[in-house]
Amino acid sequence: MLVSEKHGLTAEIESLAEKYGRTREALLPILQEIQMRHGYISEFAQQEIANFLDIHPVEVYGVVTFYAFLSRKPEGRYIVKLCQTIACDLADKEAIARAIERELNIKFGETTQDTKFTLQYINCMGMCDQGPAMLVNDDVYTHLTPHKAVEIIKSYK
Amino acid sequence: MPIMNDTIQFNVGEHRLALEKALKLTPQDIVMEIREAGLKGRGGAGFPTGTKWLLALSAVAEKKFVICNADEGEPGTFKDRVLLDEYTNLVIDGMTIGGYAIQATEGIIYLRGEYKYLLNKLERFLDEKRENNQLGNNILGTGFNFDIKIRLGSGAYVCGEETALIESLEGHRGEARNRPPFPVNTGFMGYPTIVNNVETFASAAIIISKGADWFKKIGISKSYGTKLVSISGDCKKPGVYEVPFGISIRDLLKMVEADEAKAVQVGGASGQCVPESQFDRKISFEDLSTGGSVMIFNKSRDMLHILKNFMEFFVEESCGQCSPCRIGNKKLLEGIELIEQGKCSYTYLNELIELGKSMQLASKCGLGQSSPNPFISILTNFENEVFSTK
Ligand code: SF4
Ligand code: FES
Repeated sequence: MLVSEKHGLTAEIESLAEKYGRTREALLPILQEIQMRHGYISEFAQQEIANFLDIHPVEVYGVVTFYAFLSRKPEGRYIVKLCQTIACDLADKEAIARAIERELNIKFGETTQDTKFTLQYINCMGMCDQGPAMLVNDDVYTHLTPHKAVEIIKSYK
Repeated sequence: MPIMNDTIQFNVGEHRLALEKALKLTPQDIVMEIREAGLKGRGGAGFPTGTKWLLALSAVAEKKFVICNADEGEPGTFKDRVLLDEYTNLVIDGMTIGGYAIQATEGIIYLRGEYKYLLNKLERFLDEKRENNQLGNNILGTGFNFDIKIRLGSGAYVCGEETALIESLEGHRGEARNRPPFPVNTGFMGYPTIVNNVETFASAAIIISKGADWFKKIGISKSYGTKLVSISGDCKKPGVYEVPFGISIRDLLKMVEADEAKAVQVGGASGQCVPESQFDRKISFEDLSTGGSVMIFNKSRDMLHILKNFMEFFVEESCGQCSPCRIGNKKLLEGIELIEQGKCSYTYLNELIELGKSMQLASKCGLGQSSPNPFISILTNFENEVFSTK
């Protein structure tokens, strides 16, 4: 990371700490915003957050690793989260997964070379009556067919 | 899509004045009305709401909190999503009534990260309530102050457990706490806190709006009122339905036009798998208790595949804090893999079922206490299909 980028991140974290408060309860909202803006929470960011909240960095690390929606490694700009739980599974989420994998030429768990897309499975996302379902970042898509799923992916390209 | 048949008790138009009515009563009156109605927690655990509120009301503290558990993560449940989206007023009024009843001034909605797309709409709604003086300072001129903020989850099923949820709100890993102390005494930031499910708050508003006697006209002996059920799987009309407590599985299946059902999973992944021979059993706290998840499997489905999907879910979602759950779920999943390969002996199967029973007793929180349920119920009720013929 460049020095200027680091300064930028520090300033950003400082302003988030102002916004949410320099207390422990502010940790998750701060992490969520950094995750949303940068696609991950770097070691440097974890250190800085720990400094501002006056807690040990390992506490921050512990929280980041606990939650499925927080990550320590860079992810794609668009995170495709396909539901793998039973209602969507029975509605043939496999076919959706294969179609998307072929389209992007990566497997689930991977990120495209241009860092545009990351493919992930998630557990039941509360759309079981309309499966198969997926999220692309925060947007919900339901009643997927392989064809429809690919069209959705394309619309983000 | 709203609730498919919201005409029994959830008819929103009828409950507009719930908040106004509540604020004319004393907190004690409200708690008594809720107790009188026999309202039990709609999230699944079924703890009497009135008792919870009474304990929080009696607790002496400079601050108290109301938390709405909108971390609806049980596989097959989506009724809270519909409530938050389409019956927002009922939920918010229910929370405000809860705040008044226990004399709290702050409310928090813990919204699961998967529902983030509802966030803006909910924030706008809260603003509207503030403009209408139904939230904020001096609500409806009564001198009561109460406001609500929304906090997001980040993809952890275990945070649906109330103490894990509080840990998460406090900025920690969502690991369940030992109880006692209970949140009604030592909850969020150490203050007395009620944590209730979205539907429980809505039901509380309905009770205040219409009275305990009206509420109790529906349902059966210890399960009063109606339940929202989220129905998915093999049927023609999946969705959220309002049903009276005491409805049988058979009648549910008829309602959603599921003709070929061989099994119904009641209560989500952590619930019970009910075979056809038991379709006369009833949705109620006494018999088949559910937070609202009902999943239907037809005759073409492979029960072992379904069970495996559930156990993979628990292995992923276990917080890892206690060993019965952390290791037990892995062992059960490995057992399923052995069955798949035709390598599981009867003796070992029985050992696994015993292991499941130990997990139910020895796990620290609801996740590990209930995760063996599908394993035990599917292998007991479908032994022939799942085990004997492999
Ligand atoms: S039962 Fe499972 S989820 Fe609950 S505390 Fe133990 S390990 Fe964590
Ligand atoms: S099982 Fe996929 S959304 Fe519930």
